[in-house]
Amino acid sequence: MSIIEFKNVSKHFGALKVLDEVDLNIDQGEVVVLIGPSGSGKSTLLRCINGLEMITGGDLLVDDISVLAGYAKLREIRQEAGMVFQQFNLFPQLTALDNVAFGPKHVRGQSTHEARAQALALLDKVGLKDRADHFPNELSGGQQQRVAIARALAVKPKVMLFDEPTSALDPELKQEVLNVMRNLAEEGMTMVVVTHEMSFAKHVGSRLIFMENGKIAVDGHPHEILAGDSNPRLKDFLRHVH
Amino acid sequence: MNTDWSVIATFMPQLLNGAKMTLFITLVGLSGGMVVGAIAGLMRTYGNWLLNYTAMIYIEVIRGTPIVVQVMFLYFALPVLASIRIDPLTAAMIAIIVNAGAYIAEIVRGSLQSISRGLAEAGLALGLPRWKVLVHIVGPLAFRRLIPPLGNQFIISLKDTSLFIVIGVSELTRTGQEIMAANFRAVEIWSAIAVMYLIMTGSLTLMLRYIERRMKIL
Repeated sequence: MSIIEFKNVSKHFGALKVLDEVDLNIDQGEVVVLIGPSGSGKSTLLRCINGLEMITGGDLLVDDISVLAGYAKLREIRQEAGMVFQQFNLFPQLTALDNVAFGPKHVRGQSTHEARAQALALLDKVGLKDRADHFPNELSGGQQQRVAIARALAVKPKVMLFDEPTSALDPELKQEVLNVMRNLAEEGMTMVVVTHEMSFAKHVGSRLIFMENGKIAVDGHPHEILAGDSNPRLKDFLRHVH
Repeated sequence: MNTDWSVIATFMPQLLNGAKMTLFITLVGLSGGMVVGAIAGLMRTYGNWLLNYTAMIYIEVIRGTPIVVQVMFLYFALPVLASIRIDPLTAAMIAIIVNAGAYIAEIVRGSLQSISRGLAEAGLALGLPRWKVLVHIVGPLAFRRLIPPLGNQFIISLKDTSLFIVIGVSELTRTGQEIMAANFRAVEIWSAIAVMYLIMTGSLTLMLRYIERRMKIL
């Protein structure tokens, strides 16, 4: 069953068409990796799923709820679709633990005690239990991003959206974040990942989508796409990211 | 030059009464100004076009005219225009509320807009309603950045109360003027008054520095 359905979705920024009549179904359990040159619309596609960008044409359903169904419904979608940002965006005034407990407390209405207990378990899962009382500026980039993943998971989403999660990290810090993402994929989490990490796409992704000029240019299994030479533009793109 | 510093002691009770009046006007004016400024600042930052423009016109009119003209208008023009007659003290307090409110509105807007958009997006992406993002994320962070420029405004407003000499409010400057007119002890009286203003603004500065030290800018 599809958990995300793009039906003829367009997105304009003024006169600029960023998404051009996109049709796309994503099923539960899929790990979809989105690649493409900058400006191809991959981040916008991701941000339309949880309504951080509003679509300007077509319809987009998440867990059978339309992003156009009003603000209250949009908040339901956002609780089903957790997001991880390139710049981490941890709340700087809160400790790692309180960052993770924040969602359950303010969105799901859990008690502070309950939310913190759950947050500690999630920090343990991303390997940062011993950093629970640290503030974001006391953590490395890789640690911050792992806290950010835990924060998104805390609301118990059905889908996780990753917007270039390792692009702001030094090479040696990328791996710790990618490992957490790999574990998540192995647990069966549905994931949509915008990234330039081709080895992640190859080894963790179950589906690879190449975007170009706001359209889906190539869509298929990573192994087949990366082995074959289906699209000359894709080949050109891959030469540049390697 | 023949000075007699003992006149300061003689007139200290009157001077202290004047200082009390100055503090009273400042306190009421700034309390009101912060409420007005917070509302106008939120209207400018998050309001629809109507709220935004209403707040903008208020801010531009007040920032674009001298406070002396504003208080003269309140005290002398309002009775003619709308038959609203107010006493000098009320006019003085309203003038500070309205004047400080306009400047504080811009301070509030600047602080709110200085908080990274990504933090608000992170809150929204968790499923929070917009007001909770403001109350729990953007607000607390903006508040820390509010304190230094707010301290500036507090000091300016305190000193602005001296301009109400023009409508005869018996604040510190006016009190000094009256004493001086009777005994011509300009050096002694104006020195004492300057020191008294310095003590008041200095205490304000120390208080704000204390608050600032307790709240790290993030």
